[in-house]
Amino acid sequence: MTPQTSTEFEKYYVPEKSRLALCAATGLFLSLFGAANVMNDMTYGDPSVETNSWTIFLCGLFFFLATLFGWFRTTIKENRAGLSSAQMKKSYALGMFWFIFSEVMFFFVFFSALFYVRNLVGPWLSGEGDGGRMNGLLWPGFEYTWPMAITPQEAMGGAASQPIANNGDFVSFEKSMAISEASAWWKWLPLWNTIILVSSSVTVHIAHSGLLADNKRKFNLWLGISVLLGMIFVALQALEYYEAYAHYGLTLNSGIYGSTFFMLTGFHGFHVIIGMTMLLVQWLRSVRAGHFSAEDHFGFEASSWYWHFVDVVWVLLFLFVYVL
Amino acid sequence: MGAHHHGPAKGLSRWLFATNHKDIGTMYLWFSFSMFILGGSFAMVIRAELFQPGMQLVDPLFFNQMTTLHGLIMVFGAIMPSFVGLANWMIPMMIGAPDMALPRMNNWSFWILPPTFLLLASTLFMEGGGPAFGWTFYAPLSTTYAAPSVTFFIFGIHMAGLSSIMGSINIIATVMNMRAPGMTYMKMPMFVWTWLITAFLLVAVMPVLAGAVTMMLMDIHFGTSFFSAAGGGDPVLFQHIFWFFGHPEVYIIILPAFGVVSQIIPAFSRKPLFGYDSMVYATASIALLSFLVWAHHMYTVGMPVAGELFFMYATMLIAVPTGVKVFNWVTTMWRGSMTFETPMLFAIGFLILFTIGGFTGLMLSIAPADFQYHDSYFVVAHFHYVMVAGALFSMTAAVYYWLPKWCGRMYNETMGKTHFWISFISFNVAFFPQHFVGLAGMPRRIPDYALQFADFNMMSSIGAFVYGLSQLLWGYNVISTIVAGKPISDEKVWEGAEGLEWTVATPAPFHTFETPPQVK
Repeated sequence: MTPQTSTEFEKYYVPEKSRLALCAATGLFLSLFGAANVMNDMTYGDPSVETNSWTIFLCGLFFFLATLFGWFRTTIKENRAGLSSAQMKKSYALGMFWFIFSEVMFFFVFFSALFYVRNLVGPWLSGEGDGGRMNGLLWPGFEYTWPMAITPQEAMGGAASQPIANNGDFVSFEKSMAISEASAWWKWLPLWNTIILVSSSVTVHIAHSGLLADNKRKFNLWLGISVLLGMIFVALQALEYYEAYAHYGLTLNSGIYGSTFFMLTGFHGFHVIIGMTMLLVQWLRSVRAGHFSAEDHFGFEASSWYWHFVDVVWVLLFLFVYVL
Repeated sequence: MGAHHHGPAKGLSRWLFATNHKDIGTMYLWFSFSMFILGGSFAMVIRAELFQPGMQLVDPLFFNQMTTLHGLIMVFGAIMPSFVGLANWMIPMMIGAPDMALPRMNNWSFWILPPTFLLLASTLFMEGGGPAFGWTFYAPLSTTYAAPSVTFFIFGIHMAGLSSIMGSINIIATVMNMRAPGMTYMKMPMFVWTWLITAFLLVAVMPVLAGAVTMMLMDIHFGTSFFSAAGGGDPVLFQHIFWFFGHPEVYIIILPAFGVVSQIIPAFSRKPLFGYDSMVYATASIALLSFLVWAHHMYTVGMPVAGELFFMYATMLIAVPTGVKVFNWVTTMWRGSMTFETPMLFAIGFLILFTIGGFTGLMLSIAPADFQYHDSYFVVAHFHYVMVAGALFSMTAAVYYWLPKWCGRMYNETMGKTHFWISFISFNVAFFPQHFVGLAGMPRRIPDYALQFADFNMMSSIGAFVYGLSQLLWGYNVISTIVAGKPISDEKVWEGAEGLEWTVATPAPFHTFETPPQVK
């Protein structure tokens, strides 16, 4: 074993011992255990019986989020104390990259489900291919369209009239999210959401270039604008959900169209909120504590990767959920 | 090494607040061993019920809970964490790194597991019982017809998945970023290579499993219709998603086992591994192909013929890189100066029995033939040959191989060899007859069976009991080694062993390679 010369080798920082991991594991467990109890109360529980499921869930969640806050705080402090070597920063970068990859795979499942349903299940249920008998015996009268305006169950006359294969009431929507008339495109909310989210990706990039040029004013301004655009996007999504439930009759129960629509846009919206929070934290760090320089800004860079990822997912969503 | 080393913290905080890769590895290994005992005891209940035809000991619902939890606990609680523990212990020492790349996250990955599996086991005592739908939890058994405890099962899978993803990200970052100077990718020990590829697989498919259970959760509690044809969804969609995770998952389990065997066979043949490069490429090919073969688990669901054919040919293709590996191990031993200590015995046991399991897999890959084998005991025999005699034998070999390095004491060789021979024979007594009853038509996951299967089932149960009991011998050997084994101090415990882990002191100090070694 020949040690390297000190100019080549920086010592890799291995923290001595830490409570963070155990607290995070406890918080995560309590919040998910609580969430499971909340859902079971909702579906199987007796409404007249008081339970403490919500308390467990909220306490666990608070403890978890507080731990994450403390964890990031510790890491930032360590970095500002000069403990992070260039090699360690690369570990963080790799960690973030592969975390985003795992998120990509998570969205991949829901997109795959959508494609599978649209290209195979729908036609099969309406009697194409090998599904002819299934249509004749199980779902006579069902015709496949997308967006699926009438579910197989409705084609049979609703849940009550159908003795088999029922596990819920699947009443389809009155109006889908597809554009109703092409001439009124400027009234179509998803298009504006697309413009807003794509612009926010551009503004984050402008902020980054400002930071690389050591122009903190430019950085703060454009990062702030990005966070604002993110907030507008979330607000518009909330409006869209309200419209769907209040006026379109489009809910989670609206058969597979409602299921895929809400799961894809819902998980995307959730990730926008996470990404926006990340960017907001970076903005606060920069504005209030003067963090970040042209050389040292991994917190911001990781958040911006995440933001671009969320943006790309939206573009795919716009294409496959709203347009096509 | 330098005098600035910090020893481990005193008391319980050493473990609760651990950041050291060796401590976390140790916790993973003990946790997985305890899960192995728990999952094994469920298997004993199954085999006791099947000892004779007719209903003997447990009611059918409880029997189903036993088969389900046996599978879930063995896959997610025993085998996967055991290899993560091994990765924690060995990867930094094999590549000359001071620790894992992200030490605190490493501890988080571990501490998620004990409460998760406690919750999973506690579902047995909940109203309606625990999960009873098989470890593959097909919808609608796991949605419309499941007991309320399924919600806890779903969140348990979420947590186990999160733990695996974080563990794998850590391994990827460690291997890509923490290698000592001169340790190029093509000089890495095979165990490190197989784990790197496994970690990629895990990061790619654990989120897919998370997606599957999330859709289940939504179908159960929020009225969506992903897996319900009445709403325009499809129960078969569940199977597609599950097996898109599930097939890479079986390689996640077996690839680190390949890595272990690729370390041990050269050491006791006193020859370098034959065809190192081809081993790396074969491992990568297996991993890539594993994404294209998932529907070979679903030949009987009524796929279009073109689909059946595609998945059949793609599956058969995997036999090529797997064959490369098997032949390379055999060729490594060819004209080697071989000795047969316990690790080597288990590695050779692995090689023979895994090859049998591989061949039955090839039989199962033939779509028209699978219509007969599907969901029969033949499948059970097949995957126990690759899971137990494959993954578990290799894990056992790894423990015997590295235990002296870990604790600086030598295990009892006679007891080790006895453990091997009892395991090897009883394993075959337990699982070989299952091929026959399966081919003759005995379905899996049933508490009672037709009379003509009685003899083979009794044989199988006796083998399983002996196998289960003989693992206690292993536990006893390991514990007595740690407590009172013969102390050793040679850096190189095994004469033929190669690699950086054999250049550090025995027992391995708390911190190793704080200054990276130079690899030539």
